[in-house]
Amino acid sequence: MTVSHQQANRRSHSAGDHGFPWSHIAGYILSVVLTASALWLAVAHAGRPVWRLSAILSLASAQIFVQLFLFMHITESHGPRYHVLALVLAAVFTLTVVMGSIWIMSFNGTQAY
Amino acid sequence: MPVSPANLTGHFFVTGDPLIYGADASILLASAAVVFVLTYYKKWRWLWREWLTTVDHKKIGVMYLMAALLMLFRGGVDAILMRTQLMLPNMKFLAAEHYNQIFTTHGTIMILFMAMPLIFAMFNIAVPLQIGARDVAFPYLNAISFWLFFFGAMLLNLSFVIGGSPDAGWTSYPPLAGLGFDRGPGENFYLLALQVSGIGSMATGINFIVTILKMRAPGMTLTKMPLFTWSVLASSILIIYAFPALTAALALLLIDRVAGAHFFTMTQGGNAMMYVNLFWIWGHPEVYIVVLPAFGIFSEVFSTFSGKRIFGYTSMWLSLMTISVLSYFVWVHHFFTMGAGPDVNSFFAVASMAVAIPTGVKVFNWLFTMYRGRIRFTVPMLWALAFIPNFAIGGATGVMLAAAPADYQYHNSYFLIAHFHQVLIGGVVYGMLAGMYYWWPKMFGFKLNERLGRWGFWLFNIGFYVCFMPLYPLGLMGMTRRMYVYPAGLHWALLNLISTIGAYVMGIAFILIVIDVLYSIVRGERDVTGDPWNGRTLEWSLPSPAPHYNFARIPAVASRDAWWAMKEQRADDLNSGRQPEPLQPIHMPKNSGRPFILGVFFFVGGFGAVFGWYLLAALGFVGVLFALLSRALEYDTDYYISVEEIERTETALGRS
Repeated sequence: MTVSHQQANRRSHSAGDHGFPWSHIAGYILSVVLTASALWLAVAHAGRPVWRLSAILSLASAQIFVQLFLFMHITESHGPRYHVLALVLAAVFTLTVVMGSIWIMSFNGTQAY
Repeated sequence: MPVSPANLTGHFFVTGDPLIYGADASILLASAAVVFVLTYYKKWRWLWREWLTTVDHKKIGVMYLMAALLMLFRGGVDAILMRTQLMLPNMKFLAAEHYNQIFTTHGTIMILFMAMPLIFAMFNIAVPLQIGARDVAFPYLNAISFWLFFFGAMLLNLSFVIGGSPDAGWTSYPPLAGLGFDRGPGENFYLLALQVSGIGSMATGINFIVTILKMRAPGMTLTKMPLFTWSVLASSILIIYAFPALTAALALLLIDRVAGAHFFTMTQGGNAMMYVNLFWIWGHPEVYIVVLPAFGIFSEVFSTFSGKRIFGYTSMWLSLMTISVLSYFVWVHHFFTMGAGPDVNSFFAVASMAVAIPTGVKVFNWLFTMYRGRIRFTVPMLWALAFIPNFAIGGATGVMLAAAPADYQYHNSYFLIAHFHQVLIGGVVYGMLAGMYYWWPKMFGFKLNERLGRWGFWLFNIGFYVCFMPLYPLGLMGMTRRMYVYPAGLHWALLNLISTIGAYVMGIAFILIVIDVLYSIVRGERDVTGDPWNGRTLEWSLPSPAPHYNFARIPAVASRDAWWAMKEQRADDLNSGRQPEPLQPIHMPKNSGRPFILGVFFFVGGFGAVFGWYLLAALGFVGVLFALLSRALEYDTDYYISVEEIERTETALGRS
């Protein structure tokens, strides 16, 4: 850490002091609600399996945006170009993991989901 | 059904096995000895001020290294016990239950509490020095990472004498690891220990990505970074994307076990195979997390001891990055036999084979780096050289295993055991030992003895082949993993006996390496130049060991192999009589005891959760929250080193 780092830190501190962190509270409540809804869908066996799965996936996508916008400072500044690369990579990995898991766990169409 | 505490207190201390009583006695004696030595030499204060509260990446690296070597010893003893039990048909050395516990802790410790801290040791020791930084981006978080790893490891190791070890394999698959088959606290120890240390690993991943992207010396663009730093970047990217899958899998299993949920209970609408899926979404990238830093170390070692810059630098970092991305498309090859269908298996089989391409590129680049180089056969170079044939065999058997139809024959046989030990020992352990011998003078200011080191290397390398080559044919002859006894008359006895002899040879080699360390502490060649190997990267521009602020002046980098270029440049500078830039005060983080205390609280909370003592668990987690909150309200976290003090330190180190 150098002197200029220190100054940069102070500047960002003073810029970020906007009193009560409403967006964080909202983000927290939203993420809890989204998770609880997904759990309820699964526990209550609500609707047909394909609709249930679609609903849960939509809730998960919404969750990603809640995390990115309300917690992870994605709107805060114009970062270097590798930020975009990192987000694209994250999207690729997330899609692979989610779609891959559904593909694998559907056992060639023999499972109901 | 959660297990009632009253039920468990009766089994609090593990009883009945002489080996365990031996362990009880040795733990007590070792602890008493440590307390006695610290008290007698009045070192408690020193321990607290210099080590337990440190946020210096170099000291944290040393602590990771020591902890990892201890865990290597423990995991190695487990291995020796298993090989002794399998030495001959119908052995009665270990009971079935005890054998299960030992193979479970062997795997868990070797991957999560030996390989992981060993790579983190190398991250911490080398990366900030290689990129010309004064510490990592978040030094306080770095200390938290270490202490969470440490207390996670303590939690797992404690299970051996208190409560009973986990015994469902290092993969801990339900339903075997579920309450239906495994009621004791052992599996809870596994789940909590991995969660606690997993938080630390995650934080280390974030820390090193930020450090590498944000704290490089001026002029060091990404494509001028040393290859070890590139490999750490690749590995850290894998860590932050892979570890959440493990966290989710373990959390769901823990909820199943302590709260009576049924995520993985087939008869209640759950699906145990989802655990297998989630586990390997982490588990496959995990093997690249530990092996990529080894690749980075080999690149440094080959280049330094061939006296040449690395061959094909661009293809080297490109293949590192390609391996990291590909590693996300291969996880099903750990469970082809689950039967997800031919389309799924074909896709993941082809993706797995594709990994051989970038790995092959790297191997050829290493060979070409040595081509026409001025090769010095030092101990780090020996480990690196021995890695190549090892990895060629491990890679070839890996491609065999990746062929999905054939895998139905190899799956969970000793063929698989031989394969993954070949790549994990031959890749990761050889790499980390190369790194340890290579960076040891930088860490401690003296070289390890080369002669003893060569003995250790040759015994280990020979022992390795004697131990693991027989396992390939044994696997093809039908011996499956995790069997604790086998009958006579299957023609397995001779190969098993040979393998056990090899395991003992490796054990002796480990002792020789420890002797090398102890001998060199007293008699090792002191490193007064800071550059004992005629190195190429910036860490060798510093005195050994480096002062706590690392660089008195942040170096300006103009090319790859920055220190090599500076050494060539320096002769001209001396002639021109150019003056160095004036010193400036250095901004440094303050030490803090809180990461250690946070670790203690995690340990207490985890221990409470293991036994279902929720009051204790709550107490621990309240402590965690309190520690986090008090850090959030702390402002006095940093200080400046004055120019006079830097001058004093530099003069004492013989630098101006």
